[in-house]
Amino acid sequence: MKETLKITSVLTSVCVICAFFLSFVYNAASEKIELNAKKAINDAIITLAPSAVTINETAIGNSVIYKLLDKKNIFIGYAFIAQGQGYQGKIIILAVTDSAFKAIQGIEIIESVETPGLGAKINESSFKGQFKNLNSAEKFKCVQSASENHSQIQAITGATVSSRAVVNILNTRIEELKKLLNLNK
Amino acid sequence: MKEIVKGLWKEHPVFRQLLGMCPTLAVTTSAINGVSMGLAVVFVLIFSSTAVSLIKKIVPPQVRIAVYTIIIAAFVTIVDIFFKAYFPQISKALGPYLPLIIVNCIILGRCEAFASKHGIFASIRDGLGMGAGFCWGLLLLGSIRELFGAGSIFGLRILPLNYEPMIAMILPAGAFLVLGFLVAGMNKIER
Repeated sequence: MKETLKITSVLTSVCVICAFFLSFVYNAASEKIELNAKKAINDAIITLAPSAVTINETAIGNSVIYKLLDKKNIFIGYAFIAQGQGYQGKIIILAVTDSAFKAIQGIEIIESVETPGLGAKINESSFKGQFKNLNSAEKFKCVQSASENHSQIQAITGATVSSRAVVNILNTRIEELKKLLNLNK
Repeated sequence: MKEIVKGLWKEHPVFRQLLGMCPTLAVTTSAINGVSMGLAVVFVLIFSSTAVSLIKKIVPPQVRIAVYTIIIAAFVTIVDIFFKAYFPQISKALGPYLPLIIVNCIILGRCEAFASKHGIFASIRDGLGMGAGFCWGLLLLGSIRELFGAGSIFGLRILPLNYEPMIAMILPAGAFLVLGFLVAGMNKIER
């Protein structure tokens, strides 16, 4: 009995002390972590739409969409987050479209854990750049060798799964947003 | 002094004891990742060794491993939160391997084999030495893999631009290959 009591009390007090310190550390850092996430999104939006000055976060469905305004307060386009499963983990993509939600201005990969040297190439401009000025009316297709057709994306050699994941994540999210924005006419 | 030096060479955690292989092989795709992981381990080792050495007399032997794990987990979480807040890029690159050092056998091993039997200052020196050894091991491994796999070290281009990177070096196979050569080299020197 005495033994049990001792074991329990030592374990409990170690846990309580650790939790106590951790709560302080977390409190001090949580604000900064949130800020980092926001900054990553803002930086990506500015890279894709350099003329955007004001970024208005608007709730849509159960997520958010960003409305971009230039310095004269003219609405210049949308930015949105799309996420889904990649080859090894979650891929989070930020995409910017024009004001009619018709043409993609470009995409940035916010987060991904694809294979270095292969799937990680989705972060390179040679892949991301393919989405520039694409018409979002049609679904994008991931192919081995892209022709002039403007809805085709050339897959990265040796990383078809990652390439296809990016394309599918975007297609799904664009469909979803079109419905939410009532653009499917 | 003896406690610090032994971790750097004679009882090197990676190349001689072959401990902590999971982070060693997984995160050394580049020099910066290797060093960050190494520094995280140095921090956790020093502080958990100190804590374990401090409470070694009051911990009942039946639950000592559980207590060590909780203490290590607390320090690892602190490092994880710190990296997330101040070095988000590195935190992303290290991914799940940073929280995984909770069960890193170097840390648990040093707590069990050394800190629980020695005084505070000896334990701190032991932690520092082992941590520093781990750190240079990962730095070396990361640098070699980045050099051949991407042609650069710390993101700085070293090899000429027309060098075709050996992608295998950045993939898991490269980690095993380089580690094998380094361990072999270490054995050769020691004999």
